[in-house]
Amino acid sequence: MEANVSRTGTEGKTWGGGSQPLNASYGKMMMWFFIVSDALTFSGFIAAYGFSRFKFIDAWPIADEVFTHVPFLHGVPAPMYYVAFMTFVLIFSSVTMVLAVDAGHKMQKNKVIWYMFFTIIGGAIFVGSQAWEWATFIKGDYGAVETKGGKIIQFLNTEGERVAIADFASNIPSERTTHERRNGVWYDADGAALSSFSLAEVTAGFKANDNLLIRTQYLDDNGHPTVLSRAASIAKLENDGKLVVEGANLKHNEYGHPLFADFFFFITGFHGFHVFSGVVINCIIFFNVIIGTYEKRKSYEMVEKVGLYWHFVDLVWVFVFTFFYLV
Amino acid sequence: MGHEHKLEIFRGLIKFKNNITKIWGVFVLLSIITIIEVYVGITKPEFMTESRFLAMKLINWFFIILTLVKAYYITWDFMHMRDETKGLRRAVVWTAIFLICYLILILLIEGDYIYEVYKNNYVKFDF
Repeated sequence: MEANVSRTGTEGKTWGGGSQPLNASYGKMMMWFFIVSDALTFSGFIAAYGFSRFKFIDAWPIADEVFTHVPFLHGVPAPMYYVAFMTFVLIFSSVTMVLAVDAGHKMQKNKVIWYMFFTIIGGAIFVGSQAWEWATFIKGDYGAVETKGGKIIQFLNTEGERVAIADFASNIPSERTTHERRNGVWYDADGAALSSFSLAEVTAGFKANDNLLIRTQYLDDNGHPTVLSRAASIAKLENDGKLVVEGANLKHNEYGHPLFADFFFFITGFHGFHVFSGVVINCIIFFNVIIGTYEKRKSYEMVEKVGLYWHFVDLVWVFVFTFFYLV
Repeated sequence: MGHEHKLEIFRGLIKFKNNITKIWGVFVLLSIITIIEVYVGITKPEFMTESRFLAMKLINWFFIILTLVKAYYITWDFMHMRDETKGLRRAVVWTAIFLICYLILILLIEGDYIYEVYKNNYVKFDF
Protein backbone atom coordinates (compact mmCIF):
# COMPACT_ATOMS: atom_id res chain seq x y z
CA MET A 1 0.00 0.00 0.00
CA GLU A 2 2.56 2.51 1.00
CA ALA A 3 4.27 2.13 -2.33
CA ASN A 4 1.15 3.00 -4.30
CA VAL A 5 -0.54 5.73 -2.33
CA SER A 6 0.96 9.15 -2.30
CA ARG A 7 0.19 11.43 0.56
CA THR A 8 -2.51 13.96 -0.19
CA GLY A 9 -1.81 16.49 2.47
CA THR A 10 -5.35 16.21 3.81
CA GLU A 11 -4.60 13.65 6.51
CA GLY A 12 -6.24 14.51 9.77
CA LYS A 13 -8.65 17.02 8.20
CA THR A 14 -12.41 16.51 8.53
CA TRP A 15 -12.89 15.29 4.98
CA GLY A 16 -9.43 13.80 4.63
CA GLY A 17 -10.71 10.26 4.96
CA GLY A 18 -10.59 7.76 7.74
CA SER A 19 -12.95 9.78 9.92
CA GLN A 20 -16.71 10.16 10.12
CA PRO A 21 -17.30 13.79 9.16
CA LEU A 22 -21.04 13.58 9.73
CA ASN A 23 -20.58 11.61 12.94
CA ALA A 24 -23.53 9.39 12.12
CA SER A 25 -23.65 5.69 11.40
CA TYR A 26 -24.44 4.49 7.91
CA GLY A 27 -27.96 3.38 8.82
CA LYS A 28 -28.90 6.58 10.52
CA MET A 29 -27.59 8.72 7.70
CA MET A 30 -29.46 6.67 5.12
CA MET A 31 -32.63 7.03 7.19
CA TRP A 32 -32.12 10.78 7.06
CA PHE A 33 -31.63 10.76 3.31
CA PHE A 34 -34.66 8.54 2.85
CA ILE A 35 -36.62 11.06 4.90
CA VAL A 36 -35.45 13.88 2.64
CA SER A 37 -36.64 12.06 -0.46
CA ASP A 38 -39.91 11.08 1.19
CA ALA A 39 -40.40 14.68 2.28
CA LEU A 40 -40.02 15.70 -1.35
CA THR A 41 -42.67 13.17 -2.37
CA PHE A 42 -45.08 14.62 0.16
CA SER A 43 -44.24 18.17 -0.88
CA GLY A 44 -44.98 17.12 -4.43
CA PHE A 45 -48.45 16.07 -3.31
CA ILE A 46 -49.05 19.13 -1.20
CA ALA A 47 -47.72 21.49 -3.85
CA ALA A 48 -50.00 19.81 -6.40
CA TYR A 49 -52.86 20.37 -3.98
CA GLY A 50 -51.86 24.04 -3.77
CA PHE A 51 -51.69 24.21 -7.55
CA SER A 52 -55.21 22.86 -7.97
CA ARG A 53 -56.48 25.03 -5.20
CA PHE A 54 -55.03 28.17 -6.74
CA LYS A 55 -56.45 27.08 -10.06
CA PHE A 56 -59.96 26.93 -8.58
CA ILE A 57 -59.40 29.43 -5.81
CA ASP A 58 -62.93 30.86 -6.10
CA ALA A 59 -64.64 27.47 -5.89
CA TRP A 60 -62.74 25.43 -3.32
CA PRO A 61 -64.67 23.72 -0.48
CA ILE A 62 -64.24 25.16 3.00
CA ALA A 63 -62.69 22.47 5.18
CA ASP A 64 -64.62 23.62 8.26
CA GLU A 65 -67.85 22.69 6.55
CA VAL A 66 -66.59 19.33 5.36
CA PHE A 67 -65.03 17.82 8.46
CA THR A 68 -67.59 18.55 11.13
CA HIS A 69 -68.08 15.13 12.66
CA VAL A 70 -66.92 13.58 15.88
CA PRO A 71 -67.56 9.90 16.68
CA PHE A 72 -70.48 9.26 19.06
CA LEU A 73 -71.65 12.86 18.67
CA HIS A 74 -74.02 12.38 15.81
CA GLY A 75 -75.53 15.55 14.43
CA VAL A 76 -73.45 17.87 16.58
CA PRO A 77 -71.43 20.07 14.29
CA ALA A 78 -67.92 20.21 15.72
CA PRO A 79 -65.49 21.43 13.10
CA MET A 80 -61.89 20.34 13.54
CA TYR A 81 -62.12 18.95 17.06
CA TYR A 82 -61.60 15.41 15.88
CA VAL A 83 -58.65 16.28 13.67
CA ALA A 84 -57.16 18.24 16.55
CA PHE A 85 -57.56 15.12 18.68
CA MET A 86 -55.81 13.05 16.00
CA THR A 87 -52.98 15.58 15.90
CA PHE A 88 -52.54 15.30 19.63
CA VAL A 89 -52.50 11.51 19.49
CA LEU A 90 -49.75 11.63 16.90
CA ILE A 91 -47.69 14.25 18.72
CA PHE A 92 -48.05 12.30 21.91
CA SER A 93 -46.92 9.08 20.28
CA SER A 94 -43.94 11.05 19.02
CA VAL A 95 -43.18 12.00 22.60
CA THR A 96 -43.30 8.40 23.80
CA MET A 97 -41.09 7.44 20.84
CA VAL A 98 -38.43 9.98 21.74
CA LEU A 99 -38.66 8.84 25.36
CA ALA A 100 -38.02 5.29 24.14
CA VAL A 101 -34.96 6.50 22.24
CA ASP A 102 -33.76 8.27 25.36
CA ALA A 103 -34.27 5.13 27.46
CA GLY A 104 -32.42 3.17 24.77
CA HIS A 105 -29.41 5.43 25.11
CA LYS A 106 -29.39 4.56 28.80
CA MET A 107 -29.85 0.84 28.05
CA GLN A 108 -33.08 0.68 30.08
CA LYS A 109 -34.76 -2.23 28.34
CA ASN A 110 -38.06 -2.23 30.22
CA LYS A 111 -38.61 1.47 29.71
CA VAL A 112 -37.96 1.10 25.99
CA ILE A 113 -40.53 -1.70 25.85
CA TRP A 114 -43.22 0.35 27.55
CA TYR A 115 -42.59 3.53 25.60
CA MET A 116 -42.57 1.64 22.29
CA PHE A 117 -45.80 -0.03 23.34
CA PHE A 118 -47.51 3.33 23.91
CA THR A 119 -46.15 4.59 20.61
CA ILE A 120 -47.70 1.66 18.77
CA ILE A 121 -51.03 2.18 20.54
CA GLY A 122 -50.98 5.86 19.57
CA GLY A 123 -50.26 4.98 15.96
CA ALA A 124 -53.08 2.45 15.92
CA ILE A 125 -55.54 5.00 17.34
CA PHE A 126 -54.48 7.46 14.68
CA VAL A 127 -54.91 5.01 11.79
CA GLY A 128 -58.30 3.98 13.17
CA SER A 129 -59.38 7.61 13.43
CA GLN A 130 -58.33 8.22 9.88
CA ALA A 131 -60.32 5.22 8.70
CA TRP A 132 -63.35 6.64 10.48
CA GLU A 133 -62.75 10.03 8.92
CA TRP A 134 -62.58 8.46 5.49
CA ALA A 135 -65.76 6.49 6.07
CA THR A 136 -67.61 9.63 7.13
CA PHE A 137 -66.29 11.56 4.16
CA ILE A 138 -67.23 8.82 1.69
CA LYS A 139 -70.69 8.38 3.19
CA GLY A 140 -71.45 12.06 2.87
CA ASP A 141 -73.63 14.42 4.76
CA TYR A 142 -76.40 16.41 3.13
CA GLY A 143 -76.15 15.28 -0.46
CA ALA A 144 -75.95 17.63 -3.42
CA VAL A 145 -76.64 17.89 -7.12
CA GLU A 146 -73.99 17.92 -9.77
CA THR A 147 -74.60 20.11 -12.80
CA LYS A 148 -73.87 19.37 -16.42
CA GLY A 149 -70.67 21.37 -16.09
CA GLY A 150 -69.54 19.18 -13.20
CA LYS A 151 -70.22 21.90 -10.61
CA ILE A 152 -71.81 21.11 -7.27
CA ILE A 153 -74.93 22.84 -6.03
CA GLN A 154 -76.04 22.44 -2.43
CA PHE A 155 -79.30 23.17 -0.67
CA LEU A 156 -80.05 25.69 2.04
CA ASN A 157 -83.16 26.90 3.76
CA THR A 158 -83.91 30.60 3.94
CA GLU A 159 -82.16 30.82 7.32
CA GLY A 160 -78.97 29.79 5.57
CA GLU A 161 -78.73 26.33 7.12
CA ARG A 162 -77.82 23.32 5.05
CA VAL A 163 -80.70 20.96 4.24
CA ALA A 164 -80.24 17.29 3.44
CA ILE A 165 -81.84 16.14 0.20
CA ALA A 166 -83.51 13.30 2.09
CA ASP A 167 -85.51 15.93 4.04
CA PHE A 168 -87.25 17.48 1.07
CA ALA A 169 -87.03 15.15 -1.91
CA SER A 170 -90.48 13.85 -2.79
CA ASN A 171 -91.12 10.24 -3.51
CA ILE A 172 -92.06 9.71 -7.11
CA PRO A 173 -92.84 6.09 -7.81
CA SER A 174 -90.78 5.08 -10.79
CA GLU A 175 -88.60 2.23 -11.76
CA ARG A 176 -84.88 2.88 -11.33
CA THR A 177 -82.36 0.18 -11.95
CA THR A 178 -78.64 0.11 -11.60
CA HIS A 179 -76.92 0.09 -14.93
CA GLU A 180 -75.07 -3.15 -15.49
CA ARG A 181 -72.37 -3.83 -17.99
CA ARG A 182 -74.11 -6.87 -19.40
CA ASN A 183 -77.11 -4.75 -20.42
CA GLY A 184 -75.07 -2.06 -22.11
CA VAL A 185 -71.99 -1.47 -24.08
CA TRP A 186 -69.01 -3.40 -22.91
CA TYR A 187 -66.83 -0.40 -22.07
CA ASP A 188 -69.47 1.19 -19.91
CA ALA A 189 -68.42 -0.19 -16.57
CA ASP A 190 -70.96 -1.04 -13.91
CA GLY A 191 -72.26 2.28 -12.73
CA ALA A 192 -72.05 3.57 -9.21
CA ALA A 193 -74.84 2.50 -6.90
CA LEU A 194 -78.06 4.43 -7.36
CA SER A 195 -78.40 7.51 -5.22
CA SER A 196 -81.26 7.30 -2.74
CA PHE A 197 -83.26 9.85 -4.77
CA SER A 198 -83.45 10.58 -8.45
CA LEU A 199 -82.86 14.06 -9.82
CA ALA A 200 -86.57 14.33 -10.69
CA GLU A 201 -87.50 13.63 -7.06
CA VAL A 202 -85.05 16.22 -5.78
CA THR A 203 -86.27 18.81 -8.27
CA ALA A 204 -89.93 18.15 -7.45
CA GLY A 205 -89.26 18.33 -3.74
CA PHE A 206 -87.28 21.52 -4.17
CA LYS A 207 -90.12 23.21 -6.05
CA ALA A 208 -92.65 22.09 -3.46
CA ASN A 209 -90.75 23.70 -0.57
CA ASP A 210 -90.72 27.47 -0.89
CA ASN A 211 -88.10 28.00 1.78
CA LEU A 212 -85.30 26.24 -0.10
CA LEU A 213 -82.44 27.94 -1.91
CA ILE A 214 -79.38 26.81 -3.78
CA ARG A 215 -75.83 27.76 -3.16
CA THR A 216 -73.15 27.25 -5.76
CA GLN A 217 -69.56 26.30 -5.13
CA TYR A 218 -68.37 29.75 -6.20
CA LEU A 219 -67.25 31.91 -3.33
CA ASP A 220 -68.29 35.56 -3.06
CA ASP A 221 -65.96 38.36 -2.00
CA ASN A 222 -66.23 37.38 1.67
CA GLY A 223 -65.25 33.80 0.96
CA HIS A 224 -68.74 32.38 1.44
CA PRO A 225 -70.43 30.26 -1.24
CA THR A 226 -72.83 32.27 -3.40
CA VAL A 227 -76.51 31.78 -2.54
CA LEU A 228 -78.94 32.16 -5.42
CA SER A 229 -82.41 33.70 -5.24
CA ARG A 230 -85.43 31.40 -5.23
CA ALA A 231 -86.17 31.97 -8.93
CA ALA A 232 -82.56 31.58 -9.94
CA SER A 233 -82.31 28.45 -7.79
CA ILE A 234 -85.22 26.76 -9.55
CA ALA A 235 -83.87 27.74 -12.95
CA LYS A 236 -80.41 26.46 -12.06
CA LEU A 237 -81.70 23.12 -10.83
CA GLU A 238 -83.99 22.61 -13.81
CA ASN A 239 -81.59 23.71 -16.51
CA ASP A 240 -78.26 22.50 -15.25
CA GLY A 241 -78.93 19.68 -12.79
CA LYS A 242 -77.65 16.34 -13.93
CA LEU A 243 -76.88 13.98 -11.11
CA VAL A 244 -77.63 13.49 -7.43
CA VAL A 245 -74.39 13.08 -5.51
CA GLU A 246 -74.18 11.58 -2.04
CA GLY A 247 -70.81 11.45 -0.37
CA ALA A 248 -67.51 11.55 -2.14
CA ASN A 249 -65.41 9.34 -4.31
CA LEU A 250 -62.72 9.91 -6.92
CA LYS A 251 -65.22 11.12 -9.52
CA HIS A 252 -67.93 12.96 -7.64
CA ASN A 253 -67.82 14.93 -4.46
CA GLU A 254 -70.86 16.40 -2.78
CA TYR A 255 -68.73 18.86 -0.81
CA GLY A 256 -67.51 20.71 -3.87
CA HIS A 257 -64.81 20.29 -6.44
CA PRO A 258 -63.95 16.61 -7.12
CA LEU A 259 -60.24 17.46 -6.93
CA PHE A 260 -60.71 18.25 -3.26
CA ALA A 261 -61.82 14.67 -2.64
CA ASP A 262 -59.08 13.29 -4.87
CA PHE A 263 -56.37 15.11 -2.99
CA PHE A 264 -57.96 14.23 0.32
CA PHE A 265 -57.84 10.55 -0.55
CA PHE A 266 -54.34 10.68 -1.99
CA ILE A 267 -52.62 12.82 0.60
CA THR A 268 -54.24 11.51 3.78
CA GLY A 269 -54.16 8.03 2.28
CA PHE A 270 -50.46 8.22 1.51
CA HIS A 271 -49.85 9.60 4.97
CA GLY A 272 -52.06 6.96 6.57
CA PHE A 273 -50.08 4.33 4.71
CA HIS A 274 -46.92 5.77 6.22
CA VAL A 275 -48.46 5.64 9.68
CA PHE A 276 -49.50 2.05 9.08
CA SER A 277 -46.06 0.98 7.89
CA GLY A 278 -44.58 2.93 10.80
CA VAL A 279 -46.72 0.90 13.19
CA VAL A 280 -45.59 -2.32 11.52
CA ILE A 281 -41.91 -1.36 11.71
CA ASN A 282 -42.41 -0.22 15.31
CA CYS A 283 -43.90 -3.64 16.11
CA ILE A 284 -40.89 -5.42 14.64
CA ILE A 285 -38.48 -3.30 16.65
CA PHE A 286 -40.72 -3.69 19.72
CA PHE A 287 -40.46 -7.47 19.61
CA ASN A 288 -36.74 -7.23 18.93
CA VAL A 289 -36.40 -5.17 22.08
CA ILE A 290 -38.41 -7.72 24.03
CA ILE A 291 -36.31 -10.68 22.92
CA GLY A 292 -33.20 -8.70 23.79
CA THR A 293 -31.62 -8.26 20.35
CA TYR A 294 -30.37 -4.76 21.12
CA GLU A 295 -29.37 -5.69 24.64
CA LYS A 296 -27.00 -8.24 23.09
CA ARG A 297 -25.88 -5.72 20.48
CA LYS A 298 -25.25 -3.26 23.33
CA SER A 299 -26.81 -0.53 21.23
CA TYR A 300 -30.38 0.61 20.78
CA GLU A 301 -29.63 2.51 17.61
CA MET A 302 -32.36 0.66 15.70
CA VAL A 303 -34.89 2.26 18.04
CA GLU A 304 -33.40 5.61 17.14
CA LYS A 305 -33.68 4.93 13.41
CA VAL A 306 -37.30 3.79 13.55
CA GLY A 307 -37.88 6.78 15.81
CA LEU A 308 -36.63 9.08 13.07
CA TYR A 309 -39.15 7.58 10.68
CA TRP A 310 -41.94 7.87 13.21
CA HIS A 311 -41.20 11.54 13.92
CA PHE A 312 -41.14 12.17 10.21
CA VAL A 313 -44.65 10.77 9.92
CA ASP A 314 -45.68 13.16 12.68
CA LEU A 315 -43.91 16.01 10.89
CA VAL A 316 -45.81 15.33 7.68
CA TRP A 317 -49.09 15.28 9.56
CA VAL A 318 -48.36 18.74 10.94
CA PHE A 319 -48.26 20.00 7.36
CA VAL A 320 -51.23 17.96 6.17
CA PHE A 321 -53.23 19.29 9.13
CA THR A 322 -52.38 22.86 8.20
CA PHE A 323 -52.94 22.67 4.49
CA PHE A 324 -56.00 20.46 4.51
CA TYR A 325 -57.89 21.55 7.58
CA LEU A 326 -56.71 25.00 8.61
CA VAL A 327 -55.68 27.07 5.62
CA MET B 1 -22.53 8.71 18.41
CA GLY B 2 -22.42 10.97 21.40
CA HIS B 3 -25.22 10.63 23.88
CA GLU B 4 -24.95 14.15 25.13
CA HIS B 5 -27.83 16.42 24.15
CA LYS B 6 -28.02 20.15 23.81
CA LEU B 7 -30.61 21.09 26.36
CA GLU B 8 -31.35 24.69 25.46
CA ILE B 9 -34.27 25.89 23.39
CA PHE B 10 -35.24 29.45 22.38
CA ARG B 11 -31.53 30.22 21.89
CA GLY B 12 -30.76 29.45 25.50
CA LEU B 13 -33.73 31.23 27.02
CA ILE B 14 -34.96 27.95 28.47
CA LYS B 15 -32.45 25.37 29.58
CA PHE B 16 -33.70 21.99 30.70
CA LYS B 17 -32.11 19.90 33.40
CA ASN B 18 -32.00 16.70 31.38
CA ASN B 19 -33.17 15.24 28.09
CA ILE B 20 -36.43 13.89 29.49
CA THR B 21 -37.59 17.23 30.85
CA LYS B 22 -36.62 18.77 27.53
CA ILE B 23 -38.85 16.27 25.67
CA TRP B 24 -41.80 17.13 27.89
CA GLY B 25 -41.07 20.82 27.55
CA VAL B 26 -41.12 20.58 23.77
CA PHE B 27 -44.32 18.56 23.97
CA VAL B 28 -45.95 21.34 26.00
CA LEU B 29 -44.76 23.88 23.45
CA LEU B 30 -46.14 21.88 20.51
CA SER B 31 -49.45 21.38 22.34
CA ILE B 32 -49.82 25.08 23.03
CA ILE B 33 -49.16 25.90 19.38
CA THR B 34 -51.69 23.29 18.23
CA ILE B 35 -54.33 24.59 20.65
CA ILE B 36 -53.78 28.14 19.39
CA GLU B 37 -54.09 26.93 15.80
CA VAL B 38 -57.32 25.07 16.45
CA TYR B 39 -58.75 28.00 18.43
CA VAL B 40 -57.97 30.48 15.65
CA GLY B 41 -59.20 28.00 13.06
CA ILE B 42 -62.58 27.72 14.77
CA THR B 43 -63.13 31.35 15.78
CA LYS B 44 -61.56 32.87 12.65
CA PRO B 45 -61.01 36.39 14.00
CA GLU B 46 -62.13 38.98 11.48
CA PHE B 47 -58.99 41.08 11.46
CA MET B 48 -57.10 38.02 10.26
CA THR B 49 -59.50 36.92 7.56
CA GLU B 50 -60.10 40.44 6.22
CA SER B 51 -56.56 41.62 5.69
CA ARG B 52 -54.17 40.24 3.16
CA PHE B 53 -50.44 40.11 2.90
CA LEU B 54 -48.61 38.95 -0.22
CA ALA B 55 -51.71 37.52 -1.93
CA MET B 56 -52.70 35.47 1.11
CA LYS B 57 -54.99 36.06 4.05
CA LEU B 58 -53.26 36.95 7.28
CA ILE B 59 -54.83 33.91 8.98
CA ASN B 60 -53.16 31.58 6.48
CA TRP B 61 -49.76 33.16 7.06
CA PHE B 62 -50.40 32.72 10.75
CA PHE B 63 -51.10 29.00 10.33
CA ILE B 64 -48.16 28.41 8.02
CA ILE B 65 -45.68 30.18 10.28
CA LEU B 66 -46.90 28.26 13.35
CA THR B 67 -46.62 25.05 11.33
CA LEU B 68 -43.02 25.83 10.47
CA VAL B 69 -42.31 26.53 14.14
CA LYS B 70 -43.78 23.15 15.03
CA ALA B 71 -41.80 21.45 12.27
CA TYR B 72 -38.63 23.07 13.58
CA TYR B 73 -39.10 21.73 17.09
CA ILE B 74 -40.10 18.26 15.91
CA THR B 75 -37.00 18.04 13.73
CA TRP B 76 -34.59 19.71 16.09
CA ASP B 77 -35.61 18.10 19.37
CA PHE B 78 -37.57 14.92 18.61
CA MET B 79 -35.39 13.90 15.68
CA HIS B 80 -32.29 15.22 17.49
CA MET B 81 -31.22 17.41 14.60
CA ARG B 82 -29.89 19.81 17.23
CA ASP B 83 -27.31 17.21 18.23
CA GLU B 84 -26.14 16.29 14.72
CA THR B 85 -23.10 17.77 13.04
CA LYS B 86 -23.46 20.89 10.97
CA GLY B 87 -22.75 18.96 7.78
CA LEU B 88 -25.57 16.46 8.22
CA ARG B 89 -27.98 19.18 9.30
CA ARG B 90 -27.28 21.29 6.25
CA ALA B 91 -27.32 18.35 3.84
CA VAL B 92 -30.79 17.40 5.04
CA VAL B 93 -32.43 20.73 5.79
CA TRP B 94 -31.10 23.00 3.07
CA THR B 95 -31.69 20.48 0.29
CA ALA B 96 -35.27 19.92 1.32
CA ILE B 97 -36.05 23.59 1.98
CA PHE B 98 -34.60 24.75 -1.31
CA LEU B 99 -36.38 22.15 -3.45
CA ILE B 100 -39.68 22.51 -1.63
CA CYS B 101 -39.71 26.31 -1.84
CA TYR B 102 -38.89 26.17 -5.53
CA LEU B 103 -41.60 23.60 -6.24
CA ILE B 104 -44.24 25.49 -4.30
CA LEU B 105 -43.36 28.83 -5.83
CA ILE B 106 -43.51 27.58 -9.37
CA LEU B 107 -46.69 25.52 -8.97
CA LEU B 108 -48.62 28.24 -7.16
CA ILE B 109 -47.70 30.86 -9.76
CA GLU B 110 -48.79 28.47 -12.48
CA GLY B 111 -52.04 27.63 -10.70
CA ASP B 112 -52.84 31.31 -10.27
CA TYR B 113 -52.13 31.92 -13.95
CA ILE B 114 -54.55 29.17 -15.01
CA TYR B 115 -57.16 30.63 -12.67
CA GLU B 116 -56.83 33.97 -14.47
CA VAL B 117 -57.12 32.26 -17.84
CA TYR B 118 -60.30 30.48 -16.78
CA LYS B 119 -61.74 33.68 -15.38
CA ASN B 120 -60.96 36.03 -18.22
CA ASN B 121 -61.58 33.96 -21.30
CA TYR B 122 -64.72 33.63 -23.35
CA VAL B 123 -65.64 30.06 -22.48
CA LYS B 124 -68.38 29.54 -19.93
CA PHE B 125 -67.46 27.17 -17.14
CA ASP B 126 -70.34 27.63 -14.72
CA PHE B 127 -73.20 25.64 -16.15
